[in-house]
Amino acid sequence: MSLIHEIDYGTPASKSEKLVTLTIDGREITVPEGTSIMRAAMEAGIEVPKLCASDMMEAFGSCRLCLVEIEGRAGMPASCTTPVAAGISVSTQTQRLKDVRRGVMELYISDHPLDCLTCAANGDCELQDMAGAVGLRDVRYGYDGANHVKARNNGEINRQWAPKDESNPYFTFDPAKCIVCSRCVRACEEVQGTFALTISGRGFDSKVSAGMNEDFVSSECVSCGACVQACPTATLTEKSVIEIGQPEHSVVTTCAYCGVGCSFKAEMRGEELVRMVPWKDGQANRGHSCVKGRFAYGYSSHKDRILNPMVREKVTDPWREVTWEEAYAHVANEFRRIQYQYGRDSVGGITSSRCTNEETYLVQKLVRAGFGNNNVDTCARVCHSPTGYGLNQTFGTSAGTQDFDSVEHTDVAVIIGANPTDGHPVFASRLKKRLRQGAKLIVIDPRRIDLVRSAHVEASYHLPIKPGTNVAILTSLAHVIVTEGLANEAFIRERCDWSEYEDWAAFVAEPYHSPEATEAYTGVPAELVRGAARLYATGGNGAIYYGLGVTEHSQGSTTVMAIANLAMVTGNIGRPGVGVNPLRGQNNVQGSCDMGSFPHELPGYRHISDDATREIFEKLWGVTLNNEPGLRIPNMLDAAVEGTFKGLYIQGEDILQSDPDTKHVAAGLAAMECVVVQDLFLNETANYAHVFLPGSTFLEKDGTFTNAERRINRVRKVMRPKNGYADWEVTQKLAQAMGLDWNYSHPSEIMDEIAATTPTFALVSYDYLDKMGSVQWPCNEKAPLGSPIMHVDGFVRGKGKFIRTEFVATDEKTGPRFPLLLTTGRILSQYNVGAQTRRTDNVVWHAEDRLEIHPHDAEQRGIRDGDWVRLASRSGETTLRALITDRVAPGVVYTTFHHPTTQANVITTDFSDWATNCPEYKVTAVQVSPSNGPSDWQRDYDEQARQSRRIAGKLEAAE
Amino acid sequence: MSDTNAKLIYMANQIATFFQSQPAREAAQGVATHINKYWEPRMRRKLFKHIEHGGEGLNPLVLEAAAKIRRPEAAEAVINRG
Ligand code: SF4
Ligand code: SF4
Ligand code: SF4
Ligand code: FES
Repeated sequence: MSLIHEIDYGTPASKSEKLVTLTIDGREITVPEGTSIMRAAMEAGIEVPKLCASDMMEAFGSCRLCLVEIEGRAGMPASCTTPVAAGISVSTQTQRLKDVRRGVMELYISDHPLDCLTCAANGDCELQDMAGAVGLRDVRYGYDGANHVKARNNGEINRQWAPKDESNPYFTFDPAKCIVCSRCVRACEEVQGTFALTISGRGFDSKVSAGMNEDFVSSECVSCGACVQACPTATLTEKSVIEIGQPEHSVVTTCAYCGVGCSFKAEMRGEELVRMVPWKDGQANRGHSCVKGRFAYGYSSHKDRILNPMVREKVTDPWREVTWEEAYAHVANEFRRIQYQYGRDSVGGITSSRCTNEETYLVQKLVRAGFGNNNVDTCARVCHSPTGYGLNQTFGTSAGTQDFDSVEHTDVAVIIGANPTDGHPVFASRLKKRLRQGAKLIVIDPRRIDLVRSAHVEASYHLPIKPGTNVAILTSLAHVIVTEGLANEAFIRERCDWSEYEDWAAFVAEPYHSPEATEAYTGVPAELVRGAARLYATGGNGAIYYGLGVTEHSQGSTTVMAIANLAMVTGNIGRPGVGVNPLRGQNNVQGSCDMGSFPHELPGYRHISDDATREIFEKLWGVTLNNEPGLRIPNMLDAAVEGTFKGLYIQGEDILQSDPDTKHVAAGLAAMECVVVQDLFLNETANYAHVFLPGSTFLEKDGTFTNAERRINRVRKVMRPKNGYADWEVTQKLAQAMGLDWNYSHPSEIMDEIAATTPTFALVSYDYLDKMGSVQWPCNEKAPLGSPIMHVDGFVRGKGKFIRTEFVATDEKTGPRFPLLLTTGRILSQYNVGAQTRRTDNVVWHAEDRLEIHPHDAEQRGIRDGDWVRLASRSGETTLRALITDRVAPGVVYTTFHHPTTQANVITTDFSDWATNCPEYKVTAVQVSPSNGPSDWQRDYDEQARQSRRIAGKLEAAE
Repeated sequence: MSDTNAKLIYMANQIATFFQSQPAREAAQGVATHINKYWEPRMRRKLFKHIEHGGEGLNPLVLEAAAKIRRPEAAEAVINRG
């Protein structure tokens, strides 16, 4: 094992198809037109000295170190900014070049501290490297004159000097070491798209600063780390590197936070993780990352992690640490007893969208083959189950249609009910890049999300709908497209069922679907709807990206169908730049759905009633499978309250915090006789658990995650599990304790089983993934390289199916008692229920959940910014602090759900999507009033949580 | 009417509401297929029981679809096998 060194070609690759041949140092080289001389040289293995260039950004040409000579041309052009030309002959090393480069380096070094030996970048500093490369042997100028290096010059305060900025929890900025190459500034602009950094002043006085001379943490900086990666010196350095030192080996793995699925190099020293650096060859992220994947991994070694299995008789007892064997035996006995007493169908399992495909596969296998029923579900139930249903009905498969690269070809992006800059930051950066190149943007969201207006990005249309009216607005968009003759009939005739189209077109053309008619309840001016529809239908490649703001409604599945209808009616399917793209929340939501986590389907989305599919698994597993669908999470809880469901094995999910109507979830859990929680921490659900099995982090195991673009990425073990076992091993041991004959010695064998049973995974194996980097399913004989884009020559189901989408208002209605609509969302620095991110320094950006409320509504209620307010719905109430903002419309309030003390889900109701029971998180009628502190429920809950977290023989852990 | 019964009726009616908006010839079959595919036997069993007791509160489309909904095995049989 060694450290992976990625080649920096100095400038981005040219996309031109025309080739040009030139000579560099006597070697003939052929490259695409538009390639820089620097890159061409590097491709031939000749490294021209450079400081300000990096292939993540456009060339800038400021350091003058990369000069070359070209035969027949005067002067010494910079190789980074000079493109190749046919037939030219370039020299990268001549006496004249050597002299100039040494002179340049001498100037740099004369204003740079000479503490290389104790510098954190020692061994990873391009300034050092270049000094070596150009043969710099002495520096004639001292620090006596003007410099940025010393705090004092001859006793006087040096105004050029600035102290270190250590405000960011993860990296430091030491201006004394800055060579003003502006790579950081350009990385922030071009790669991240935040524009947080500037260079002020000119010449010798120029300096880098965050925002308007703010410190990093108070600036616009979102801590993505792109600048740190770009910095050639120690000026911007990870604090972990300062603390530990340079890494000695690295392993490529996949972020375990969100559905973008960024690839990282985990840079290690022994088993200590030094830093996570985004991998340039990562096909989802192309070398970029966000604060979570890049920095927020500290939870893996947090003191709250539970490392020993624990058992207790009653949930009011303190936990008792036991051996693994005892824990397995206890679970096996309990589940057998419960099944004997209450019937085979009285137990079930929940798979995790945070665990690997292999682990998820094993949990559903345990339920189907071991428990002998199909009571398995996953947390995707509460987020993207309508995507599965809606896209399956219309297109024939439950997945997004594109890869992320596709956005580079998009002309009109439509974002519905998603907030990519917070939820899917690396995708947002790639989208913003495209928008800066001129693509247009339509945002459909009750809230003015950042993308509506931010640095160098402005949406052409923002349709600020009333929460709960998605179907109405999307059907209105279709109305405009159909009635104004903008439908792509050629595409529809070729790809879709024409008579279904005609039926649908007549339906949407009804006058009551016109924007003028729906305006009354969507709250969106008809003209905006018409403009947006025209832009999407006629603006070139149109791509729809959507999130939980679409799915988490009582009409979630209908909304997904409405989106699919829009893509079909405009012909925006089946090529780069278009498509329907669900932005998945957690890292492996896609994978957990693919792996048969739903109670009605086996891996690969095949219904459990299908005899042929069952037979495949029955043969392999040696059991008879039940052909009836099992219970979904909400049904399990209902059945538990009713007394017919008694035992639940939950891997890596916190249903008490993440599922709606907390009180109902709690009642369901409390009614069970054996709740087994497998997790890193004593999560909220564990308050009701009888057995706790410690989990392992993504750093501690091998496996795969499948991201939102269906990309199967490898997760690689970089350290031994702190709890002793990877999660797949725990499930296997549990299965063995229940008498199942499982003998996987490595997750690759589980993947082989998946490939053998699931046609869309037929060619997937660890060897193949190692060779390819990653692949997007379907990956089989028909598509050996995987499928970046789906439905290319026709829909998976045959003909695309248009489905009528009638708007039905939710029964969750405002009234005199609950006059406001609450909608929920997430924020960049935190992740889902926050169990991980709350245990990192990310809390500096989001220490608590706040309630966003419009100034008008706040004033009416006498609420000032920062006041504690009581938030009540018909389900329950909680308290949190108000944040007054006009991002939300009057009548709408908004909060996140990252902190357990807020218990936002005490408020949400048990209404759910008609087709999938996906809960209606995004609309709850509420009232907001001033308050002076936590509600009774919060106090009781805290007390109960504290009680139930006690471990016998241990002092109470202070949270 | 128990709480969970009320929930079940609500869910069935939600499904019916969707299929009601679809072409009439597909509506009842749509409801039945959906319930067959996604409802666990004890949910279907309860639905039938409720229908046998008059089906109060159910959307007529659910009642129409009932003939096409698969009848699960009796509950006792399952428990004995457990
Ligand atoms: S961390 Fe990211 S957002 Fe912050 S300054 Fe650097 S590049 Fe910009
Ligand atoms: S902080 Fe680093 S990247 Fe930015 S200008 Fe200074 S040396 Fe260059
Ligand atoms: S959280 Fe998402 S965007 Fe951020 S690094 Fe991880 S996968 Fe990438
Ligand atoms: S690398 Fe070309 S001018 Fe700096």
